[in-house]
Amino acid sequence: MELNYTGTDLCAVNGTRSAPEMRYDVIVVGAGPSGIEAAIDAVKAGSSVLLVDENPVSGGLMGNDVPLYFGGRMTAATQQSERMLEAVFMSMPALESAMDAGVELQLGTTAWGVYRNGPGVASLPEQVVGLADSERSWLVGFERIVLATGARDLAIAFPGWNQPGVMGAAALQMLLTRYDAFSGRRMLVLGSHDLALETALLAHERGVEVAGLVEVRAAPQGAAELVAKVVAAGIAIHCGHVIASAKGGIDGVESATLATGETITCDTICVAIGLIPSIELVDAMHGPRALEPMRGGYVPAGEANVSAVGDCAGLADTGFDHIAYRMEWMQALSNVSADDTIICQCEEVTRADLIGVQPPHYLPRPPAMCARSLETLRQDGPANPDQIKRLTRAGMGVCQGRRCRDQVAMLLALESGVPFGTIPLATHRAPVRPLPLKILAEWDEPAAMDAAWDVWFGMPPAWVPHEDIGTRHEDAHRQMLYTGMYE
Amino acid sequence: MSGAEVIIVGGGVTGLSAGWWLARSGVKVTVLDKYIVGWEASGRNGGGASHYASPLFDEEQRMWPQMDELLGYPTEHQKERIIVAMTERQWEQYRFVAERHTRLNHPVALLDTKQVLDMVPLASEKAYGGVHYKFGGHANPHRTVQAYAWALQDLGGTIIQHSPVTGFETAGGKATAVKTATATYGCDAVVVAAGPQIPQLMAHLGVDIPLAAARAEMIITEPAPMMPLTGVDGHKLYGRQTMRGNLAYGGGPHEWLDTEGDGPAARPSTPLARNLAKRLAELFPKAAHLNVIRSWAGVIENSPDGRPIIDRLTSPDNVVVASMSSVGFGLSPASGHAIRDLVIEGKCSFADIDILKLARFDGLEADWREKRGWMPLS
Repeated sequence: MELNYTGTDLCAVNGTRSAPEMRYDVIVVGAGPSGIEAAIDAVKAGSSVLLVDENPVSGGLMGNDVPLYFGGRMTAATQQSERMLEAVFMSMPALESAMDAGVELQLGTTAWGVYRNGPGVASLPEQVVGLADSERSWLVGFERIVLATGARDLAIAFPGWNQPGVMGAAALQMLLTRYDAFSGRRMLVLGSHDLALETALLAHERGVEVAGLVEVRAAPQGAAELVAKVVAAGIAIHCGHVIASAKGGIDGVESATLATGETITCDTICVAIGLIPSIELVDAMHGPRALEPMRGGYVPAGEANVSAVGDCAGLADTGFDHIAYRMEWMQALSNVSADDTIICQCEEVTRADLIGVQPPHYLPRPPAMCARSLETLRQDGPANPDQIKRLTRAGMGVCQGRRCRDQVAMLLALESGVPFGTIPLATHRAPVRPLPLKILAEWDEPAAMDAAWDVWFGMPPAWVPHEDIGTRHEDAHRQMLYTGMYE
Repeated sequence: MSGAEVIIVGGGVTGLSAGWWLARSGVKVTVLDKYIVGWEASGRNGGGASHYASPLFDEEQRMWPQMDELLGYPTEHQKERIIVAMTERQWEQYRFVAERHTRLNHPVALLDTKQVLDMVPLASEKAYGGVHYKFGGHANPHRTVQAYAWALQDLGGTIIQHSPVTGFETAGGKATAVKTATATYGCDAVVVAAGPQIPQLMAHLGVDIPLAAARAEMIITEPAPMMPLTGVDGHKLYGRQTMRGNLAYGGGPHEWLDTEGDGPAARPSTPLARNLAKRLAELFPKAAHLNVIRSWAGVIENSPDGRPIIDRLTSPDNVVVASMSSVGFGLSPASGHAIRDLVIEGKCSFADIDILKLARFDGLEADWREKRGWMPLS
């Protein structure tokens, strides 16, 4: 086949992408106090500013523990989107000041990806952030982006954790303070650092009965004044203890049993062991990040036009080593877990399957497969969470690994006998929030995109059956599949 | 060659399959990989295994149904494929290809819209029709690369990860050793199957391999209800429903990149995910509400005619080079066999693969990339 090359690959991405719908000097992702402050500062400095916040997220997403670990303890009020939108606005009076100052505000709008040219990509017309609401997705250009995405809940498995009623502290605080939509009545709290103490006090104030705190270390970990307040409220702190299991029924948790055998009646178990800075966007855009044990985990390392503020930039450093604390909890809960304790809820990966690097149960496990394990895999190189994910499916589900990615990394560190910081961070990928196909779709894509679209590379010779090479059929393939091209 | 030592440079699906085939013949195999097995394009593709254009096709079709049993590990191989046309033009093109299959005695059946809807529950009522390939199929790339690696180890082979190859030692017209930053591995033969890094590696041996690398992208949804036949694509997409139910699909324009000796610095996905989502929602409107939960990209090399290069060099004459030119995953059971034959016997035993020889590019113009428009954007 004689092909007439013109110096242009008609199936390359060059020039096919759409331009962003809008451009702002500054985009701020997350309308918490830090995000609002950053937005107002930027607008006062003369910049055009877009402030987006994904809240209120849909009831469906909350049911999948996105973005926080809601644990199915939302009331039906969270299904009413107008009420929820109003609740977000009412809970943040500063939003009105921001709008008055000239900030453009879009609530219920999620930032699901940040894209820019760099290693491995040069085809983007400009750097953009991908946004989406409940109707559609779109791209917005920017000069500078401020990430104020907050922190998300750390979850750690124990027997019975995979049922409604086990939830995270950030999710609980959001349900209590912002939405008044928490359905639990009696709650046990895991942890005793500031997060756990503050959560217990908040719940107590809001009329939730706090059945106690469980602390794996020998003494309460948080600030003395908070500890005193909790004690004054008559809430017990069970130090040197660990939860052994949660029991429940059709509505989820009904009781927790400590390793001592003591049973505590409760409908909610709040995992308040730690918060993880929400760096999904930074990692998915290949931004630099660093592990900061005193600040809650991996935090953005900072760039000229990408900054992080608030908890996303790292929790307040109070001299407390969050990683060491979590690892102690991980070890303790690992000790009380069984082979069949689920680690990844979405994909139903058990602890034994994870450590055994076994495939899901719909696949056969012949003898050679059964003989494989994390131990044999480690003989080939250090444990990598992404490799474990490929083999076991842990972290591949619709919650996008929010419930298990951190504990898988901790478990790999424990099982490998290496420090947590040596385990690579499992990759975050866009869209960093689950987005329906019909929302993510670019329905009005440029004609150039469709013109360049081929199933695979658009090379005529690659599709000619080898029997036809050198025959009259060869060019017939080219003419049919690539009409008018290479002529 | 029993007892001989063969070093394989590149622990992708092609190198691993070659290693497995060689180990089955009693050869002592060591696979060197720059990072982790299957980490590049081998673990990032659509999993398709229906490469009818290749002289390796018959062997691909013969081997895949046996692979789980032969390897001893699950690959999630599933048979057959349905290609759905969503436009009149696609329907014309897919029927054309179907006619070629009929002439070549590959079993295919044309499906009208009702038959498409019966066989593909997620499909669109706007479909023009479909072609049922009663051959080919797909497998899980992640599971398959690891299956090759483990099966190779079970036969006594060695996998050495995190060890980029830095050069070779030669003597008497042969490659005698492969070097990494920390070690030198003596050998009787070498297989270079390092994807986009092949040109840089082969330059150490004074051999010019014309390849250009590009980035391609895919998206995946949360699980959909299982379809009776999971190898469904079309509408200019490639992909599959995984055995878990996820819809994993790719296609569309690629971006040419500079190849780097130590591999891609990054594999960023782009807003192309939106264009993939559009087409997938059109192909499967009954799945349009499903969440996309990841996108990713891979870097793939192509030869100037888009066909693989599998050849044993004349000098050094104990080196086999294999670039699968963006069709490596599905063909891997066959490409490994062909490479094994070239290493041990000097000739492929089961197919005429002369069209894959490097010599077809003798006299290739120096500016072949520029002429094709395969240059990276600056």
